[in-house]
Amino acid sequence: MQAPSNHAIKPHSLMELLESRWAGGVSVRADIQKPLLLIECGPGELQEVCGLLVSHAKYTFATLVVQENSSHWLLRYIFYGDLGCGQVHVLVHQPKVGRVIPSISAHVHAADWHEREVEDLFGLTFEGHPRLGDFVLHEKWPEGVNPMRSGFDASVPYSRREVDPEWRPLQILQAPGAFMMPVGPVYSDYAESAQFFLETVGEDVVRTTPRFFYKYRGIEKLAEGQPIERVLLMAERFSGTSAFAHSLAFCQAVEQICGVRLPVRAEALRVLLAELERLRQHVSAIAGICGSTALAVATSQASILEEELLRLSCDVAGHRYLFGLNIPGGLSLDLSAEECLRLSESIKQIVERLNALLEMLRFSSSFLDRIEEVGIVPAQRAVSYGLVGPIARASGVSRDLRKVLPYGHYNVPLEFNIPAEFDGDGYARLRVLFSEAKEAANIIRQLASAIPSGEIICPPFEIVPGEALGWVEAPLGAAFHWLNIGEDGRVARYRVTPPSFTNWHGFHLAAEDFAFQDFPIIMATFGLSNAESDR
Amino acid sequence: MSKWVLLGLRTGAKTTLYPGSAETAPGVSPGRPKGRLSGEPESERSMLSLCPTGAIYQSEDRISVDYRRCVHSFRCMRGPSEPLDYEWGYEWASIRPEENDLSGRLGKAFTHSIHIRVLDAGACRACLSEIEQLGKPYYNVHRLGIFMTPTPRQADVLLVAGPVTDNMRLPLQKAYNAMPTPKKVIAVGTCALSGGVFGPSFTCGAGVANVIPVDVEVTGCPPPPLALIHGLLLAAGRRARTLTEPVRPLQGRTTE
Repeated sequence: MQAPSNHAIKPHSLMELLESRWAGGVSVRADIQKPLLLIECGPGELQEVCGLLVSHAKYTFATLVVQENSSHWLLRYIFYGDLGCGQVHVLVHQPKVGRVIPSISAHVHAADWHEREVEDLFGLTFEGHPRLGDFVLHEKWPEGVNPMRSGFDASVPYSRREVDPEWRPLQILQAPGAFMMPVGPVYSDYAESAQFFLETVGEDVVRTTPRFFYKYRGIEKLAEGQPIERVLLMAERFSGTSAFAHSLAFCQAVEQICGVRLPVRAEALRVLLAELERLRQHVSAIAGICGSTALAVATSQASILEEELLRLSCDVAGHRYLFGLNIPGGLSLDLSAEECLRLSESIKQIVERLNALLEMLRFSSSFLDRIEEVGIVPAQRAVSYGLVGPIARASGVSRDLRKVLPYGHYNVPLEFNIPAEFDGDGYARLRVLFSEAKEAANIIRQLASAIPSGEIICPPFEIVPGEALGWVEAPLGAAFHWLNIGEDGRVARYRVTPPSFTNWHGFHLAAEDFAFQDFPIIMATFGLSNAESDR
Repeated sequence: MSKWVLLGLRTGAKTTLYPGSAETAPGVSPGRPKGRLSGEPESERSMLSLCPTGAIYQSEDRISVDYRRCVHSFRCMRGPSEPLDYEWGYEWASIRPEENDLSGRLGKAFTHSIHIRVLDAGACRACLSEIEQLGKPYYNVHRLGIFMTPTPRQADVLLVAGPVTDNMRLPLQKAYNAMPTPKKVIAVGTCALSGGVFGPSFTCGAGVANVIPVDVEVTGCPPPPLALIHGLLLAAGRRARTLTEPVRPLQGRTTE
């Protein structure tokens, strides 16, 4: 299977295209330095503009940010393309009296869940969306209570509701012999809380309806009105296994708003630690895949490496999950040359053992039988769902933010490859995890011997009002943190789009049309986090 | 398949010797701040304000740390000119203060083999990841007669992580009610003990104890696997109680 040609149109041609198509109807401003294209349009043009960005200009939908202002709603649809294309923001202003916005998800399928989320949390309706309601807020939240609205008090428990344990999807398969199997929210040994309704007429899963947000902690709302130091804690801790990546995205947003330039040593160390986190997360996912197929020795081997990476992280950076390191303006901890060397030496050894493990897995037919040609995500669907991270790269879609929107120290010449596989099955995802783990180790070893000297934090700076997008390629894929700081220096709006949220949307593609017993294995090859997705 | 068997044998035993003897490998625990006698009132006030969750507090002539609130932000360690000392242990579990004697409370059966059901009540996954390590080679709690079970109906101990989100309150109660008595609950991590950085709020409670009775608390953000083993042994009445700092009653969330 070959990847479709998916090179994005460059910003200047895009500008010309938009201007020739909607002369005057759509205003386009460009910030060439970033680069960033701001497109302002009315609700009437929204669908077509977004549709054109995705289907014709080959941009990927990143996130939808809704902001409630005193007199109007501001909807910001963010897209990104290839290297040099930067970001495209489509802005729509809607007077507050109107609560209906045209849905773009028929044209941009990746926006589907974003619109459902906004409908639940803000009470906006997306006209033309086939399935709104009951998404983040489960069944018994009263209609008209929308926690993200500005009047809602987030500090006290909201208890005027009851959970309905008998909840079922709206539509259930009607066919002879059909049945539905609910899984979760409490299931399996260590699984995160989530629910899946699997429908079948026999052996194969015909439809998978996931029900998430059991772990909804509402960090976007909790962040409002809070100082930066407090929100940093939430950005770091809503997803503990990718804490460094998310705190980095948040810090980058703050630094952009305040116009802070980081010392180059801090930038380099951030990349070093981010890759250490990626390596650990991937090894953990590999252990999960081996475990799901009950290959005990391989699971143990990968688990040994995972624990060694956790210990290594704690040993050099003070915390097993790299908490408390990122702060706006740099890092809170310096690594000595000796520590960098130790890190690089240990990583070298770990990668050798990882390679040996892959060599054995490649020839274990009982293992391959369970993951080969199982849980296939075709490339076209990966594109239309806007999938990110290792899952997308296993389906031939390799838009890695480290390459297409390079940030921090990824801007300097670092040698690393983005692996691409085209089969889109569980085995392809496993191979991508192994190659990315190797590349992460490769980056660590390049950097460890060449960390520039200097400070690890910039001089103290003032928090100024403004807004910016922070982004990172987290271990599980592209993560976007939109931050708006108000006049009082506190957070006015914070929007997080984690890779797990994006990819869970496409999970049903892989789970459907495969046998029941493949379900846990497909889930393991996706390796997603509900903590990250639910926020 | 024989090559896998050989590989397993070649790798040898990796398992920690704890609780037989102390684990000294680097990186098994992030450590935690230690209370001390108060110094200059001015600098101590700034120390108190440095802690984002209000875990550091003044009690008489001492600066004390409430580990049920500590989230390992390291701000008391890396910021100030006179940082708090850190202790590098991992025996961080304690029995709920109101129940002083746990030995034999569950009956003799619990001092042998116990089965655990893990429940995620909105955890960030770091706690869950540490719990998962318990079954893996470095910690391998099977050697201690501790097993994970997928159903609460076979569980003696419920291991709960997370601040208890609204949507998980009912599943948590149901799981607890489904367990046969006698049963025990271990609350794992700062979120489960105080709500952490998330609760109380419109979506989260202030910990597990507000929903079901908690018997053992394991502090840490997340508690390292060795602390979890310590908690499990305490719950089974197999290890003497550790003396900890006096626990301050929890009252609402301290913002900033």
